[in-house]
Amino acid sequence: MNWTPDDLMTVNAARALAGAGTCFVGIGLPSAAANLARRTIAPDLVLIYESGTLGSKPTTLPLSIGDGELADTADAVISVPEIFNYWLQAGRIDVGFLGAAQVDRYANINTTVIDRGPDRPEGRLPGAGGAPEIAASCGKVLMVLRHSRRNFVEKLDFVTTVGHGSGPGDRARLGLPGAGPVTVITDLGVLRADPETAELVLTEVHPGVEVEQVVEATGWKLRTAATVGVTAPPTTEELTALRDLRRV
Amino acid sequence: MAEILSLQEAVARLVRPGQTVAMEGFTHLIPFAAAHEVIRQGITDLTLVRMTPDVIYDQLIGMGAARKLVFSWGGNPGVGSLHRFRDAVENGWPRPLELDEHSHAGMANRYVAGASRLPFAVLRGYRGSDLPTRSATISTVRCPFTGEELAAVAAVNPDVTVIHAQRADRAGNVQLWGLVGIQKEAALAADRVLVTVEEIVDTLDPRPGAVVLPAWAVHAVAVAPGGSHPSYTAGYSVRDNDFYQAWDPISRDRETFLAWMRTHVLEAA
Repeated sequence: MNWTPDDLMTVNAARALAGAGTCFVGIGLPSAAANLARRTIAPDLVLIYESGTLGSKPTTLPLSIGDGELADTADAVISVPEIFNYWLQAGRIDVGFLGAAQVDRYANINTTVIDRGPDRPEGRLPGAGGAPEIAASCGKVLMVLRHSRRNFVEKLDFVTTVGHGSGPGDRARLGLPGAGPVTVITDLGVLRADPETAELVLTEVHPGVEVEQVVEATGWKLRTAATVGVTAPPTTEELTALRDLRRV
Repeated sequence: MAEILSLQEAVARLVRPGQTVAMEGFTHLIPFAAAHEVIRQGITDLTLVRMTPDVIYDQLIGMGAARKLVFSWGGNPGVGSLHRFRDAVENGWPRPLELDEHSHAGMANRYVAGASRLPFAVLRGYRGSDLPTRSATISTVRCPFTGEELAAVAAVNPDVTVIHAQRADRAGNVQLWGLVGIQKEAALAADRVLVTVEEIVDTLDPRPGAVVLPAWAVHAVAVAPGGSHPSYTAGYSVRDNDFYQAWDPISRDRETFLAWMRTHVLEAA
């Protein structure tokens, strides 16, 4: 079977959920990956959507976080204050799965505004949504986004959501309980936060991708692991499950 | 006590220019018909409150009904940008739009405080984020018992909250189910509550997981079948995802947007 860079990203993002019990799912790429994980590596994964569903089991990919099927197939449907206060803030969720418009070397996220220069108004992005508290309170955070110098920037125009702040120890200083972003999966490879420096380091590339390509697509001087691995190609099972999910 | 009114009369009586209005519904049960009536009646200078502005506020903003937006995520879910919202913020078209911007957790707690008639709510939130630098309604408070510093968010108390529900009975008791979002809190935080419903029935049969707003907590009920389209009403309709995708090209261009609103809202009473 053939695959696209987006397939590689989604398949590897799904693999990152191996062993997770509960996942707070952002819409778009994270939702595709989390639903693929339920059909492959993590069949018992509990999907939690901020619209108020615990344990959604959709048969096709939802367009929004509030499509009817998410509620119809859920173990429980609860209110929005309840999902953020009783479930997320209380530390009951293992993994938060986020996308981002801009990310920096410490996996901080901007989804608010883009600086377009002194003579132009700020470019407007959708805003925070659930991300600041998802990144604070989940046991750990996975991120999935396409790799480019526009998205992987030296300095964020605005810090919407804290990943590792300005480096090691910052999460503890800020009182953020979870481990924060541990893995960032892109269409080129996989970056992991170095436990010592908290900085994102390239640890794997996808089949057919050169390390130099990833460095070139990153807006800061990207550190690479001593040995950069290659992710396993998508299996027929993974690709079949992904295409099945995408059918409308 | 709830009065059962036509949508036109309910909006005319409850929603006034310059007021703070929340039209809630988290993806589900978004009160589009009521918003369209607000646009048709030319009610303007509104402060609009809503966690996810969605297409409903893109339309109100693009028609110049709002001077300020209080929100936590302003996109077209699963599709992309809200182009009228962006045009107002970036270019001041058709008028400048002031923003008060939060996270979802912050906004949810602002409604909880409002419904509880408390001045503020506490949460563990916003730590390290730049969001507090742009909002006068985010601060911190020290816990008197443990000394922990927590985020404090000001209560939100709309003049009017508008929601859509499955049904009401003839006395004006309202029943809604499925994703119930933030609607109960938004309704109880407001001075006046307008509910549009799919139908009025003789008896509200109990439904698992349903929220009931008693008639004495509601001011007006108006029948508006299909009133949540292109959002949906569980048990009555499904989300029109094709429309949400079609909205992207309609809303990108000012003239295309205005022509669409003329045909589908202004001239479609």
